[in-house]
Amino acid sequence: MDGAVDTPPRVTPDPARQRAAHQPGAGRSWLRTTWSDLRRQAWAFWFLAPAAIAYTVFLVWPLAQTVQYSFYDWNGITPATPVGLENYVAAVTEPEIRSALFRSLVFVGFYAVLPTALGLLIAGVFARIKVRGMTLFRAMIFVPQILSTVVVAVAWRWIYAEDGPLNALLELVGLGSLTRAWLGDFTTALPAVGLIGTWIMFGLCMVMFVAGVQKIPTDLFEAARLDGAGAVREFFAVTLPALRGEILIAMIFTTTVALRNFDIVWNTTAGGPGDSTKVPSVFIYQAAFQSREVGSAAAIGVLLTLLILVVVGIIGLLLRDRGDS
Amino acid sequence: MRTRRSERIGAYAILITCSVIALYPFVSILGLALSPPGERPSGFSFPTELYFGNFAKAWSGGGFDTALISSLVVATAVVVGTIVLALPAGYALGNTRGPVFALIGGILVVGLVLPYESMIVALYTMFRDWGLLNTWWALILPQIGLSLSFATLWLRTAFRQTPESIAEAAAIDGASRLRTLRSVLVPIMMPTVLTLATLLFLFTWNEFLLALVLVPDEQSAQTAPLALSFFAGNRRTNDPAVTAAAAVLVALPILITYIFLQRRFITGMLAGAMKE
Repeated sequence: MDGAVDTPPRVTPDPARQRAAHQPGAGRSWLRTTWSDLRRQAWAFWFLAPAAIAYTVFLVWPLAQTVQYSFYDWNGITPATPVGLENYVAAVTEPEIRSALFRSLVFVGFYAVLPTALGLLIAGVFARIKVRGMTLFRAMIFVPQILSTVVVAVAWRWIYAEDGPLNALLELVGLGSLTRAWLGDFTTALPAVGLIGTWIMFGLCMVMFVAGVQKIPTDLFEAARLDGAGAVREFFAVTLPALRGEILIAMIFTTTVALRNFDIVWNTTAGGPGDSTKVPSVFIYQAAFQSREVGSAAAIGVLLTLLILVVVGIIGLLLRDRGDS
Repeated sequence: MRTRRSERIGAYAILITCSVIALYPFVSILGLALSPPGERPSGFSFPTELYFGNFAKAWSGGGFDTALISSLVVATAVVVGTIVLALPAGYALGNTRGPVFALIGGILVVGLVLPYESMIVALYTMFRDWGLLNTWWALILPQIGLSLSFATLWLRTAFRQTPESIAEAAAIDGASRLRTLRSVLVPIMMPTVLTLATLLFLFTWNEFLLALVLVPDEQSAQTAPLALSFFAGNRRTNDPAVTAAAAVLVALPILITYIFLQRRFITGMLAGAMKE
């Protein structure tokens, strides 16, 4: 799913609460407690059933099918031949696909790291200052998140175009020698597409972090100031730790979007020039619908899914443990 | 907390810069779209007179009338379908405890980050076998499945935050769980549900890859972003001003909705944050 989540009521699970709610009772076995809990709450399964069916048919089943396809050589029409792990071996050994994965990591820098850093920096400023008209600014800064990715791509294609605003600006400030077709140039296409991601995400991060900062009790800042902390120390001692939850959600969301990224790449460069902006999801689309190598598309898909789960897991662990210990 | 004047001015400078950066790309294509032929704004100048011919050309050339209707139908169906399924599920998860329900919640969390980009072949094959390719169903059904984890987890939190006394009072009055949910809890939770609906509508309206894969050949089923992508990629209509006009047409419904719902959006957001 695209698009932003402002601060929804927490979507992350709350393991502490769930564990606390379910300490095995003294003298009763854990299994029996669970079983009696289930019987008492049997009604809940009726309430869950319709959603569970839809979830299974349209998400779990296609995922299972993808895993199955990944072990076959199949053009999508004629009968498939099982090939074992061949598609996976090809995926990890082909330099083309490896560089696509590397480009994904570059996009993580542009989509996740840069916007988070910018958002934190700005949130640090607003920890010390309350301004009027925040609602209006927030609404404007959030706009990149609500525009369709295709609209965003069209707009940035114009900005990066040879006769577009960016080159005009460079001419104006006397840097005319730098002008070029930014999306058509082998060296600039990848960062140019990446910066679109930064633009999409910075407002989201900023709005989330500023909202988080303004929930921090004022006396924490006052205490820090009484202790003689300057703006920088205050940021690291008070603001940053208090924003851990927001950073976690923002990093997971932006990283996932960066690794999945298809829409922006497809509608700006379609992977070009050459292969210079080709990412895994573009590979998947092309293998599936253009070169008709369904097995290989599925194998890259499975690898991409695993990569995302691992990266999200690592972010979750890193940001969770530090504050709880 | 006292703040110095210089700090305050600095803060406004940051906010204004960020707002300009956030709005500029859309404003720039709006300027391009409004420019008369032969008088293309070079770089970042804006047209001196407004010309609407590009919009007419985009409208007639790109099939955006049917595309906007498709987007509206698909997004509405996905929002309604998702919420109807997620309300009982969120209620169940919000009012139960135990490892089994925690596990179900965990499965939904995984669903939040699963890239459907990986599964497009499987979705394509499935809908081809069902004979539903190039129909609205091919867009509505998978997107309900994809939105469910987000919606259910959102509602689970909302139900956990609702005071138990309300549901207990209804139970004492003899209402069944389903009836309590429908007649007592849902009305109370309307603001949360509407915020959720707004977000789901937005996600669905802007969806691109599923449309590209599942309704590629039938123009009447294509959504606005897909129509725009085809229109912008079509070499014969390659006048940047007309493409810009098409992009503005596709963005406008969402932007207008955003302007009106922004207040609800933000108050809902703050209410959710405060309850936490």
